[in-house]
Amino acid sequence: MMETVTKTPTKENSTEDIKYKLIAENISASYDGIVTVKNVSMKFRDRAVTALIGPSGCGKTTFLRCLNRMHELTKNATLTGKVLLDGEDLYSNKVDPIINRRKIGMVFQKPNPFPTMSIYDNVACGLRLNGVKDKKILDEVVEGCLKMASLWNEVKGDLKKPGMSLSGGQQQRLCIARALAIQPEVLLMDEPASALDPIATQKIEEMIQELKKEYTIIIVTHNMQQATRVSDYTGFMYLGDLIEFGETKQIFENPRNEITAKYVQGQFG
Amino acid sequence: MVDPLISNLMSTRDIMMTIKMKKGSPHIDKIFKYVAIGAATYVLAIIAMIVFNLVTGSAQVWQQEGISFLTGSDWNSVEGRESYGAFPYIMGTIVNAGIAMLIAVPLSFGIAMFLSELSPKIMRTPLAMIVELLAAVPSVVYGLWGLLVFRTYIQDWIETPLHNLFGDQSIIFAGTPFGLDILTASVVLAIMIIPTIASISKEIMLAVPNSQREAAYMLGATKWEAFRLAVLPYSKSGLIGATILGLGRAVGETMAVTMLIGNATGAAAIPTSLFQPGQTMASIMANEFAEASSGGLHLAALVGIGLILFVMAFAINVVAHLLVAKVVKSHEGAVLA
Amino acid sequence: MITPEQRAEFRKHFRYNVGRRLVLDKIVKCIVFICVIVAIVPLISILVNVFSNGAAALTWNFLTQVPGAVGSDDPGGIGPAIQGTLVLIGLSSLIGVPIGVMGGIFLSEYGNNRFGRTVRFFNDVLAEFPTIVIGVFAFVLIVLTVGNFSVWAGSFALSIVMLPIIMRTTEESLKLVPVTYREAGYALGIRRYRVVFTIVLSSARSGLVTGILLAVARIAGETAPLVFTILGSSQFISDLNGPVDALPLRIWRLSSLPYDSAVTQGWGAAFILIIMVLSINIGVRYIFLRNKEKTFIKFKKLGAVS
Repeated sequence: MMETVTKTPTKENSTEDIKYKLIAENISASYDGIVTVKNVSMKFRDRAVTALIGPSGCGKTTFLRCLNRMHELTKNATLTGKVLLDGEDLYSNKVDPIINRRKIGMVFQKPNPFPTMSIYDNVACGLRLNGVKDKKILDEVVEGCLKMASLWNEVKGDLKKPGMSLSGGQQQRLCIARALAIQPEVLLMDEPASALDPIATQKIEEMIQELKKEYTIIIVTHNMQQATRVSDYTGFMYLGDLIEFGETKQIFENPRNEITAKYVQGQFG
Repeated sequence: MVDPLISNLMSTRDIMMTIKMKKGSPHIDKIFKYVAIGAATYVLAIIAMIVFNLVTGSAQVWQQEGISFLTGSDWNSVEGRESYGAFPYIMGTIVNAGIAMLIAVPLSFGIAMFLSELSPKIMRTPLAMIVELLAAVPSVVYGLWGLLVFRTYIQDWIETPLHNLFGDQSIIFAGTPFGLDILTASVVLAIMIIPTIASISKEIMLAVPNSQREAAYMLGATKWEAFRLAVLPYSKSGLIGATILGLGRAVGETMAVTMLIGNATGAAAIPTSLFQPGQTMASIMANEFAEASSGGLHLAALVGIGLILFVMAFAINVVAHLLVAKVVKSHEGAVLA
Repeated sequence: MITPEQRAEFRKHFRYNVGRRLVLDKIVKCIVFICVIVAIVPLISILVNVFSNGAAALTWNFLTQVPGAVGSDDPGGIGPAIQGTLVLIGLSSLIGVPIGVMGGIFLSEYGNNRFGRTVRFFNDVLAEFPTIVIGVFAFVLIVLTVGNFSVWAGSFALSIVMLPIIMRTTEESLKLVPVTYREAGYALGIRRYRVVFTIVLSSARSGLVTGILLAVARIAGETAPLVFTILGSSQFISDLNGPVDALPLRIWRLSSLPYDSAVTQGWGAAFILIIMVLSINIGVRYIFLRNKEKTFIKFKKLGAVS
């Protein structure tokens, strides 16, 4: 129904050897019989932040969950299409989803630390799960990840405290540290700041800028200011279609599609 | 619950039309409230009366036997040589319920895990229903089935091979298997409490938010690892509560156990071997009641056993409910903004 | 901060063991599946035996006649037991339902205080009491005082078994009625009791009926309290102050007799009993599944639906 203008980020003077970390091809997804993502293809650049924006219910979260095979855990979920990580199909029958999920970290909309574990164990549990036993390495990774999530200074004294004792913003950063601990290559963030206050949001946005130097980050947000602040590329989704995908600056300042223009101007949302 | 029809149609106007505008007297309102309070008080009164009647009904045996009613093993109702000690039956109850729990708890958690984590959606509802129907089957039907069907199977396929393998030297497998013994009663008791523990555990596991499981999957966990990492710690105290509730039922279960345990009395009922007839507090009450109903010390002894059973079951249930209440509270705290 | 060099170093320590972990996962899944099978087998065995053996016993005489003399050629029937069970259910509902519903109304409408919490707690504990203790209590209180076993004593004991179930299911059903309904009533100046009776109870009636039916299914199969209160009888009821027979009691008695005819009759009685109990349970579930009611799940959490 919608004319999809561009499906790869268009960049002036783009060179052919741009490295795409993650490529989604013709993803369609539904749950409970409702089609929420319709034939979406996107390419995500390495060491860049790509934002997915769109009104509620446009399928952006579902699409994100398809990228690390989390969608299939939803009730009555169906999915078609391909996701290539470094050229390797995540949905090939040969690969068990657990192998690739650990390469793709995810941060959820609401902070979900494990309530019975300490701060330390929350970060370390993913490492233990993946067979890291060396206490020295565990300590180093926990410290490093908490630093990357800019939480270290606040919690270094009481790593043994339960993760639930932290504030909402701290819990979310703890979850980010937990996702980083398994040393993923891609980081998916599903509205990571939607449940947080402005100061906590700012901390997380600063952190994203820092993390971008090493990771491929894909962030879902319905906050357009946030998209302009943190992202290099932006995809606009509407009713399950990818309407427009390009450089953030271009999408917000010079959208090529009428609907995109209306949305970024705040005429509906 | 709201009848869907009513919830859709009932508006203020409808309410006005269904109720005559007569306002009623303020006294009726008060009376209504007191009647409601009275009904609630009735429950407390019943419990108080249970305690009172069990104490007065058994006073005679406590006077006669004193503490040896709890510690003694003699059980003789022949007039002139009357002597009552409940120790073998207390032990019988503990052993019987203990073995049943050993069998039932792992199986129940397995069933609960299957129903909450693994089962395909189409299978979940019918399976859960089957488990719940197991709980609805009356105790006496379990007893009949155990007596006429299950007994021969357990005797031929489990007890005899175990006995032949370990022989009379091994204490717990000593005695010729007869089918009506502690093991049979415990296994049937386990079958009876599995649905209780399984369906409560399933609800507790289903109450664990999906975000917890997703966090584990995100780290690359398998289904089992996600269960161990996210579901189990979160629902631990609830599962303990479910187990204790199951224990409460096991301790008080009467008919099936009475029909299957073999009904030993006195010192012979102190459980040592699995293949030996035993007796629990509930089963001795059901078995000997007919002879004792005319009154006297024998009756007082049975009522006294009722009192011990009451205290035991009461303590177990209070602990279970406090635990469950605590779980509900802590979960409210754990739900994130 | 973690430098890329450190990251490479860390990655070396990951021993994913994916193969081993997936095998463990499969093993656990198998074990869990076996648990389910193990739990279902007894139910199938019970149902198959009760239905096949019980159906063989069913004749008109079996359902309507009094039992024959023990060991005689004519085993007679279980008429008094069926009648007794129905009468006992009727009388205990007569005592248990009004008190249970009023108690539930108290808990939901006036129970948000210390007294309410106490009642709720003890009510939950009472629901899990060993029923044989309740039987002994009714025996001491009524049979010993009055001097004879009676329908009333049995009904009283069974009413205590059903009371906590009805109270809690009533409370939960009433709590699900939106506050706005009540407020609409109060706004019109209607007295509280009328609001409860006309608006709240009628909105909650399917939950109420379910609770009562489940309580009935529960007491229909109860044996232990009856052992102490109704004695059993081989005659139809002539007097509510006299002894009476009941299906579960009759099954127990029959199971201890060494005659083949008694065994057949035992299966027959079990067949009737299980049809009663399971049809109520399945019927209630069917209605709820169709309506996708929330209450039922709540009932299950309370353990009322066992």
